[in-house]
Formats: sequence, structure tokens, C-alpha cells
Amino acid sequence: MLGEGILKGMAETAKNFFGSYVSKERLTTVEYPEERVPAAENARAFPFLVYDGPDWQAGLRCVSCQICEKECPPKCILIEKSKDKKPDYVGKPQFYPVRFDIDLSVCMSCQICVEVCPFDAIKMNTEFALATDDRFGGLLFSREKLAKSNEYYHSIHPTEAAEVDARLAEEKAKVEAKAKAAAEAAAAKAAVSASPAEGGN
Amino acid sequence: MSSGVQTKPEQLEGWNRPPVIAPEGEGELLEVAMGPHHPSTHGVFRMDVTLDGERVIGLKPVFGYLHRNHEKIAEQTSYLASMPYTDRLDYFCSLTNNWAYALAVEKLAGLDAPERAQYIRVILAELTRIQNHASAVGFLLQDMGASGTPLMYAFREREKILDLFEQLTGARMMCNFMRFGGCRVDATAGWLDGARKMVAGLPNFVDEFEALLSTNEILMARTQGVGVLKPDLAVNTGVSGPMLRASGVDYDLRKVDHYGIYDRFQFRVPLGEHGDIYDRYMVRVLEMRESIRILEQALKDVPAGPVMDPKAKSRGFRPKPGEAYGRIEAPKGELGFYLISDGTPNPYRYRVRPPSLINLTILEDMCLGHDVADVVLIFGSVDIVLGEVDR
Amino acid sequence: MLKTVEEIKAAIEAAIPGAGVEFVPNPGPAAEHSLLLRPESAVAVAKFLRDDAELAFDYLSNVTGVDWPDKEIVEKVKAMRITTKTVDGVEQQVEETVEETRKRIEPGCLEAVYHLYSVAKKHGPLVIRMRTENRTDRVTLPSLTPIWRGAEFQEREVFDLYGIVFAGHPDLRRILMWEEFKDHPMRKDFVEPDDYEYEPTAHDHVLKRAQAHPAAVVASGSQRWRDEGIR
Repeated sequence: MLGEGILKGMAETAKNFFGSYVSKERLTTVEYPEERVPAAENARAFPFLVYDGPDWQAGLRCVSCQICEKECPPKCILIEKSKDKKPDYVGKPQFYPVRFDIDLSVCMSCQICVEVCPFDAIKMNTEFALATDDRFGGLLFSREKLAKSNEYYHSIHPTEAAEVDARLAEEKAKVEAKAKAAAEAAAAKAAVSASPAEGGN
Repeated sequence: MSSGVQTKPEQLEGWNRPPVIAPEGEGELLEVAMGPHHPSTHGVFRMDVTLDGERVIGLKPVFGYLHRNHEKIAEQTSYLASMPYTDRLDYFCSLTNNWAYALAVEKLAGLDAPERAQYIRVILAELTRIQNHASAVGFLLQDMGASGTPLMYAFREREKILDLFEQLTGARMMCNFMRFGGCRVDATAGWLDGARKMVAGLPNFVDEFEALLSTNEILMARTQGVGVLKPDLAVNTGVSGPMLRASGVDYDLRKVDHYGIYDRFQFRVPLGEHGDIYDRYMVRVLEMRESIRILEQALKDVPAGPVMDPKAKSRGFRPKPGEAYGRIEAPKGELGFYLISDGTPNPYRYRVRPPSLINLTILEDMCLGHDVADVVLIFGSVDIVLGEVDR
Repeated sequence: MLKTVEEIKAAIEAAIPGAGVEFVPNPGPAAEHSLLLRPESAVAVAKFLRDDAELAFDYLSNVTGVDWPDKEIVEKVKAMRITTKTVDGVEQQVEETVEETRKRIEPGCLEAVYHLYSVAKKHGPLVIRMRTENRTDRVTLPSLTPIWRGAEFQEREVFDLYGIVFAGHPDLRRILMWEEFKDHPMRKDFVEPDDYEYEPTAHDHVLKRAQAHPAAVVASGSQRWRDEGIR
């Protein structure tokens, strides 16, 4: 019968139309600005810099190794290395960035900077609504704007942040143990070198 | 060059060119520029159409509005840094683009992805295929004048698939997920459960989609016998993917090249009979069904293990000098990457074989003699993405 | 089963005497070796590859160009030289070996690479290539579009981006760049236009080039943060 296919299709649309009042499966949209779908835990938007402790300048994990600057595909990161060093989370003196700019208008959220960072210093934020009316520099984020606390990192990517913390704690423990062992060895060596001197007398 | 090369500009074979159609009756020919901002061109693309009344007697596609010289950019950066750029080729199917590039580099460097990574790749590629075919059909119907309903149904399913992508890769469209020798992160058990649940609902979606469309008289009237492509011409013009199979040519790279682990799964290759728009529609719908079958098999037993080849390293990656051509069956057709390495961190030559561009070679032949309104449909049935056409 | 590239070469030479096909090895792990065709016989060889019942390469997958610029090769050569020396007050002609550094320029070329497959026999790929005589004026190669129409847009692209002129191509125009564009952007010696408008995170070669450009606003964004004392 001519028109049978069309009627079948209409029945389908009717099913979906009325179904959308009862089934969540058929109504997947939300009224965006008022209602928001929670972001997936892995979701990524733009990078930020992680710092430990209360002071962002003191606690910045970045040691200015400039690997992310080299690896960034669209070259949107600009780092200026410091002249002096300051202690990092294990207490080892390290360089720090005196300037760390990311041009978010160029950044394409690829996460390669996060992947290559050996210090877990740069991570992906989930904040995406960054529109600005300033074409030049409005999306150029400096160190200060990029720095976010570790607590913030925990709040947006809890699983990943816990993993990172565990890894950093382990490394720190290892370094401390090594330092302790080295100190003990040095002490022992000092003791050993001291005794023959005594015997010689 | 020396005199020996001077082949005459005339054709060696007549059928190799679009037929010349003479205008009927009297009156002027009309030249219409369809595009670059025509809604049916799915992006910025222009067709210079010569019309005799309503009848198309000439059609020249004009490209390059979205050209950014992707290949040159890739030759100036490291191998890894090109990976996020491949997302932006066919931005509907970033995961299959990733896979094609990863496959080519793995071939070039002699790497291999571990078992678990292979499974994850197949799952992601088939999900990509389903969402691409669903929205391709949706857009085709949109072009036909079915204002929105089929497209919205397709997008509803696509949303669910994109949610899965977001949970795993962090991004909905620009996934940047595959790496040379594996995948960037591992899929959690929770994600695999979510994927199983989603895939279990997909057959119902395809059934509904077919009930809505497949027997619709308007769809059949508009598509059957329109834009016919003969199999021998399709092969000679390098057409690939659902377009080629709709013409009845049994050529699916998942079966032919045995790449990845597709040999382990049971699936059929749907073929068209007439090579018209309706066959292309039908082949896409059937491919969705076959993809669901592959997904059901793949999700059943994902082996445990690492997702990265331990030999692979992301920084300081320098393949030995040589060249390789890796290709996969992307949703749009055969997506290939041709790479030449000279031992430096950057590829010496990086070439993308874009299925969208090459499938358009035959556009003029298919449109000649049809009405302007059919051009929109024939073009829609090719299923292109301009990010890949212009690169 | 697909024959090896060497066997295909032998088959071509048996079918087309004087085809002059050269074997080009691929040292990489992929080991996709290729055949270098002479432009004079390329169309005949391509026709044979497509129409031969056993080879049946009916599907042209990929066409691309490769630019091999002129290479300056510096090498040390040992040369015999006859010098005149005064030995014991008598002038003598003495032969001696001298090591000298020679520079020679290996001429570059443009290369077109074709990847062939067979849909009928489901085998492949066979890689064939052709080379131009140089990179400047003798850049004509025969078009294979009359054999495989799949090359139509791809050869246009190679012409556009590399500047290889395909004789016998039915519609050889620029495809991606606009008609008035002069250069060929994929060549290795292509110089990008110096039109940086604004480059806030310029470093390395971008910084150098942006600084050289009078109109460039180099790192002005960063500058502004500094000036306003925000940092």
C-alpha cells in the first residue's frame, strides 16, 4: 500500500514523542545554562599548573625543564627559566619558571604537555567557558592565572590526583631513604677512616 | 622533459571521463555556484554547476577553502605532535584517524600494539563507525528535507557514544587517544561495563531508525535510481568505503588487509546491488548492524594486560630510515598515511590519503543528467567532511 | 598470491621490452620495496600492471609527491698528484697521495609515488615511482590519470603543492591553493610568508622570524602582563 512506509515512520515519531515524557532514554537533552551535565572525570579542557601548599609561588611543581614547550604541537607555551634555584617537594634545589605563559587561544587541548611532563606539574583543567572580549592577551594566561592548588586538582580529577600523590610520596620516601642511607654510609665511612688513624698512632 | 614523454592530452580511454551532455532545445545555460556557504555542502565547499533548465550538464567541484597544509605542519613537528592534528582531519571520526596514523607509524618503526590495546582500538573504531554512519544518514535525510527528525535521532545515539569517548579519552571529538604501540590510557572495568550497556541498546536504535526510514516512499522515490555508480568505474576512480560497497564491490579493508585483530570477529560485508543513493543508505545501516556484532564480540572478552608496547617511547622517537604506507577502513573509506623517515625526529614526508577527497572524483559523473535537487542528495550520499577534503 | 616486487619487475620487462624498470629497496621494517619507472615507458607499464590478468592492479589508492632537494655532499677523496720537488739540488717529478675535500652537488628531483592495489585479486600494495630530471624546469612526468582515474584529484594536488607537471592530465589546475598562487608550498625550500600579526608565545625559530618582521607584535601579551605588574 502506498504510504505504508510513511505511516510506519509516523508511528515511530509518535512513539518517540510520547516516550520522551516517560523515558529518560528518549530525552537526553538538558536545558543548558540552568541545568548542567556533570563533566566526566577524564574530561579535559585547558592546562593548568599544580602547586602544593598554601603559597602558589613557593609550591609550584614546575622546574622549568621546558619539555612541554618543545613538545607542544601548536607551540603555545612560553617558559623563561629562573637564574636561581629553590627547593622542590623533595627538598632538592631546582629551577623554577619566572615566566610561564600559555596562549589558550592557540592551545588545542591535546594533553601532550601533561603526558611528557616528568614532574606532574601540568595537568588538564575542566573549565571550558573562557570566552573573552580581548582578542590580544585576553586568553594569554600567565603563571598566576595558571596556578591551581593540588586540592583543586583533587576536586576535578580525584582518581588521577590520588595516583599522582601516591607516586610523588613514594618518590619522596625513596629520596629520603636514599639520603638517610647516604648519611649513614658517610657516617660509617667517617668512623672507619677515623679508626685506622687511631691505630697508626 | 625529453620528447618521449609527450603523451597527447587526449584520453586513452573514453569511459574514463565524464560523458559530455548536450543541452536540449534553445535557451541559455545557467552557471550556478553552489556553495561555499550552501547548507547542503556540509562545510565550505563549492560546486560550479552548469544547468540546462533544471538539468545538470556540468559540475566542477572547487576545493581549498579549509586548506591549512596539514602535511607541511606535520613535516615540521615530531611524530607524536602530529597525532592531535590528525583528529582534525575527519573531525567526526578522530579515533579512526588516530588509528590509521598510529598504524602507519607502527609499520614504519616495527612496533606492535599489545593485545588489550588492540581490543580497545577495535571497540573505539566500531563505535566511531556507528556514530558516523548514523549521522551521515541523518544529514542525508536532512538534505532531502526531512527537517531534523532522523538527524536528531542519530545525534541522540551519537551523544551516548561521545559520552563514552569523553569518559575514556577526555574529549568528545578531538580524542587524541592512540599512540605508537598502543593507547594512551587504559579502559577501566567501569568503562567497559558502560560500553556493554550502551551497545546492548544499539540494535533497538537501528531497528527504530530503519522503521522510520527504510520503507519510506518519499525516501525511495528520491533515492532509487539516482546517482548510480557502476562497479568498474568505482574501482577505477579509487572510490572506497561504503560508496564502493554500495556499488557491489566486495572490498572491505578489515577483511582484505587483516589489520588489527579483525580476523577474530565474525562479521559480514554488506554490498549494494544498484549503486544508487538508496543502496548507499542501506549499506550504511547494515554496516551499523555489523559493527554492533563486532562490538558485542569484542566487548565479551577484553584480555587483561598492558596497553602500551614497552619498546615504544613517546619522547625522542626516531624511526629508522625507510617508508611505509598504512591504511585502515575508516567510516568514510580507505584512510591511508604514507610516511618517509630519514632517521630524524620529524617525518621527511607525511601524506594523508583522504577518502573524502578521492570519493568526490566521481561526483560529476553521478550528477550529470539529474536535477539540481538531486545534486544535493548525491553529494550528501558521498558522506564527506571538509576537514579531510582540504586538509 | 602476490608476486614479489622482483618478480613483478621481471614480468614487466618480459612484457614491455626496454621498459627500464629499476628496483628501489626500502630499508625500513615495512620493507615495501618499490619500482622506479622511466617516464617514457610509464604509461605502457601502468597499463600492463592494470590489465595483466595475474597482476590486475585495478585500484590506485594513493598518489603523492616527494621533494628531494639538491644535496651538497662533502667527501674526502684520496688523489694522486704529481708535484715537482727539489731533491738533492735536482728537480724531480714525484708522485704523492694527497687527501682533499671535494664538494659535489647531487642534483635533486621531484618524485611521484603511486600505491597500487588489486580489488579483483585482493593483493597489494605495489609502489611505483617516477622522478623528474630536476626541480626547476624539467619537471614533466606522464599522467597516469588515463589509466586510473583515481589519480585525477591527487595528481592535481601534487601539481599544486609540488609543481610536477603531469602531461596528459585532462584537467591540470591548482586544487587546494588558489589560482593566482605562485609557489609550491610542499617543497622543502618553500619560504613561508612573513605575515605574523601577533605571536604572544613566540620562541625558537618563530621568535626569530617574528622579530625580523617589522609589523610583528612579538610577545606583546606577555609584555603587557609584565608592564601592568600582574605577574
